[in-house]
Amino acid sequence: MSLKLEDNEVDIVVAALRPNLNTFLEEWRSFFSNFHLIIVKDPNLEEDLQIPPGFDHQVYTKSDMDRVLNGASINFSGHSCRYFGYLISRKKYIISIDDDCLPARDNSGVIVDAVAQHISNLQTPATPFFFNTLYDPYRQGADFVRGYPFSLRDGVECLLSCGLWLNIADYDAPTQIVKPHERNTRYVDAVMTVPLRAMMPLSGINIGFNREVLGPALVPGLRLDGEGKRRWETIEDIWSGMCAKVICDHLGCGVKSGLPYVWRGVGSDADNAMDSLKKEWEGVKLMEEVVPFFQSVKFPKTAVTAADCVIEISRMARENLASLNPVYAQAADTMEAWVDLWKVAGS
Amino acid sequence: MENGSSSLSSVPSNPLLKDELDIVIPTIRNLDFLEMWRPFFQPYHLIIVQDGDPSKIIRVPDGFDYELYNRNDINRILGSKASCISFKDSACRCFGYMISKKKYIFTIDDDCFVAKDPSGKEINALEQHIKNLLSPSTPFFFNTLYDPYHEGADFVRGYPFSLREGVPTAVSHGLWLNIPDYDAPTQLVKPLERNTRYVDAVLTVPKGTLFPMCGMNLAFNREVIGPAMYFGLMGDGQPIGRYDDMWAGWCMKVICDHLGLGVKTGLPYIWHSKASNPFVNLKKEYKGIYWQEELIPFFQTVTLPKECTTVQKCYLELSKQVKAKLGKVDDYFNKLTDAMVTWIEAWDELNPSVNAGTAAARKPNGAAK
Repeated sequence: MSLKLEDNEVDIVVAALRPNLNTFLEEWRSFFSNFHLIIVKDPNLEEDLQIPPGFDHQVYTKSDMDRVLNGASINFSGHSCRYFGYLISRKKYIISIDDDCLPARDNSGVIVDAVAQHISNLQTPATPFFFNTLYDPYRQGADFVRGYPFSLRDGVECLLSCGLWLNIADYDAPTQIVKPHERNTRYVDAVMTVPLRAMMPLSGINIGFNREVLGPALVPGLRLDGEGKRRWETIEDIWSGMCAKVICDHLGCGVKSGLPYVWRGVGSDADNAMDSLKKEWEGVKLMEEVVPFFQSVKFPKTAVTAADCVIEISRMARENLASLNPVYAQAADTMEAWVDLWKVAGS
Repeated sequence: MENGSSSLSSVPSNPLLKDELDIVIPTIRNLDFLEMWRPFFQPYHLIIVQDGDPSKIIRVPDGFDYELYNRNDINRILGSKASCISFKDSACRCFGYMISKKKYIFTIDDDCFVAKDPSGKEINALEQHIKNLLSPSTPFFFNTLYDPYHEGADFVRGYPFSLREGVPTAVSHGLWLNIPDYDAPTQLVKPLERNTRYVDAVLTVPKGTLFPMCGMNLAFNREVIGPAMYFGLMGDGQPIGRYDDMWAGWCMKVICDHLGLGVKTGLPYIWHSKASNPFVNLKKEYKGIYWQEELIPFFQTVTLPKECTTVQKCYLELSKQVKAKLGKVDDYFNKLTDAMVTWIEAWDELNPSVNAGTAAARKPNGAAK
C-alpha cells in the first residue's frame, strides 16, 4: 500500500540508557536516516553519548528536563526518559525503539523496516468493534471475511501501534528465570486490532503512536520503588499502555498489535533475572490490582481528549488504588503534573 | 494406525482423542476429498450428513469407520423436530453434532484439502485443533505473543499471574489458504484474490468480542458447548443462506463469554479449493448483509441472567431475546426462534445425560464394503 508519508510528520525517540549508540544507530541508519531523532539521555547516565555522524538529531539531557519541568515532580530516569522526548516533540507521529534492539528479518530473510510498518499501522484504520479472522483487512492480499458487518468496514483511526520482538521476548523476571534460554523465533506475519475493551500489556520496547491525539496518554505514571534499567524491572510502559488502551476505547479509536518485529538481544542480559526478581516482583503483584482497576475505568462524556481522560484516570486511581499502595498515589500525582506539563510544554 | 508414506511426516503414530472425537462432514456431492485426509482422519469415526436427494448413494472411501445420515434418516430420527435441520444447505451438518456421542467434534467442508506450511510440510489440521482444544484459552487479557501455551512462547511482561491458568477452550476456529472466505460482494470485486499468507499464530478471541465464525474448518468441545452450535434455518424454503455458521458463532460466543469459556482462532490452515459462484452467493446472502446490521448490535448488547448456568438454559434465554428484539426485523426470526427451541428439545432428547453411550435412536455403523 503506498502511503503519503511526510518525513516531517515523524519523530523517532531514542531513550539512551547506555552511552554507546553507535551499533544501534548504524544498524537502523537506512530506516532512521530520513527522520529527525530525539535522543533523550537517561538523567542518571554520566558518560557522554556516542552518536555516529549523519543523523538529523537533537540530544536532550537532564538540564533540559530540569528546565522544562520547572519544579514539577516527574521522574524521567531510566526507561522513562523517553517520555520527555514524547513531550517536547512537535510531530504527529512518534516511533520509539529501545536502544538494545536491531532490525529483524522476516520469514523470507528480508530486513524489516519497523519505522515504515509502524507508520503504515498508524495510517490505516483499526477495527476494534468486530474481530476480523484474517487479521488486518487493509493489508494487501487480505480483506474483511464473510459475516463482517459492512457498516464497520471503514474502521476507525489507529492511535497506537505495538510491535513485537524476536530473540529475547519481553518476559517478566519470573518467566526469564524459569526459561532462561527460550528465544522467540516465531515471526507471526500479522497485524491486528486489539478489540474494544480487551486489555493488553503494552511493551514500550517497540512502539509507534499518534502524538497529536494520544500524546498525553503515554504517561510515565507508575514507577516501582526499586525500578531499574532492565526492562523486566519496569512497569511504566504497562501502566501507560493500559491508560492508552482505555482512552482509545473511549475515544472510539484503535490500537494495533503485531508487526513490526525488532530483533532484541544486544545488551539484554537474561542471566541476571534473579536479581531483578526482587525489584520486579513488586510490579508483578501490582498488576493484580492494576488490571481490575483499568477494566472498571469509565469516563464521563465530558472527557473528550486524551488529557481529559488522563485526569480522570488519575482521579480514579487516587480514589480506588491509593489506599492499596503508595505508588498509586504517586502515579496519580505524576499524571496530573504530566497533563499540566503537556499543556505548557507539549503543545 | 500405521504411518503412511514418508512425505506425510506429521502423521501421528498415536492419534490424540481417537475415541473421543467425531468428524462431521456435510456433503451433497461426493467424499473424494477424504483420500487426501486419510492419514490424518482414518483413526477417527466419521459422521457423514448427506444433504439433498436421499436416494443418491454417496460412497465413502474404503477403510473409514463412519455412520451416514441422509434426509430420510434425519426425518425418521427426529420426527417433527426435523424441521429445525436445514435442507439443501451445509447447515444440516449440525445434525451430526446432535447425533454424535463423542466429547469433541471436528467439522470440515468437502472442498477443503490438506494445506502445507511455509516449510512445505503437510499440516495435520485435526491434530492442531485438538491441541487448541486441550490447552486453555485466555479471554480476559490479550497476550501480545498470542498463544502463551504454544511451544516457544509464554505470557508477556505485565500479564497478570492470576489469569495465567486460563479457562477451558470450547471452540477452535481454523483458517484457510487459497480461496478465502469472503462474502459475495467482496468475491465479485476481488475474484482473483487468494489467501497466501500463513500466519503462524493461535489466539484467544477476547471476552466481549464477536467474530465471524466460519464452519469450514472448525472444532469444538461438544460436551461443553454443543447445544449452542445450532446452524440455523438456511437453504430450501428459507430466505437466507451462508449465515448458518455466522449465526452459530455469535450465539456460541455470547454463551462462552457468559459461562467463562474460551474461543480460539488461527491455526490450523486447510487448503480451500473451491470458489463458489458469487452470484449464487449474493442471492443467498443479500438479506443477511443488511440484517446483520441489526444482528450485530443485538449480539453485542445481549446479556444473559446468572441463573443461566447451562448451555441449554443460555440458548433458550437467547432464543427468547431473539424473538423479542429481532422478530420485528423479519418474521424469519420468529421461525428461527422456534427452530432454536426445537433444536434444544431435540438435543436433550438425543442426549439425555452427560454420560457417553446413553441409549438413543441411531443408525448402526455403515462400514464401507
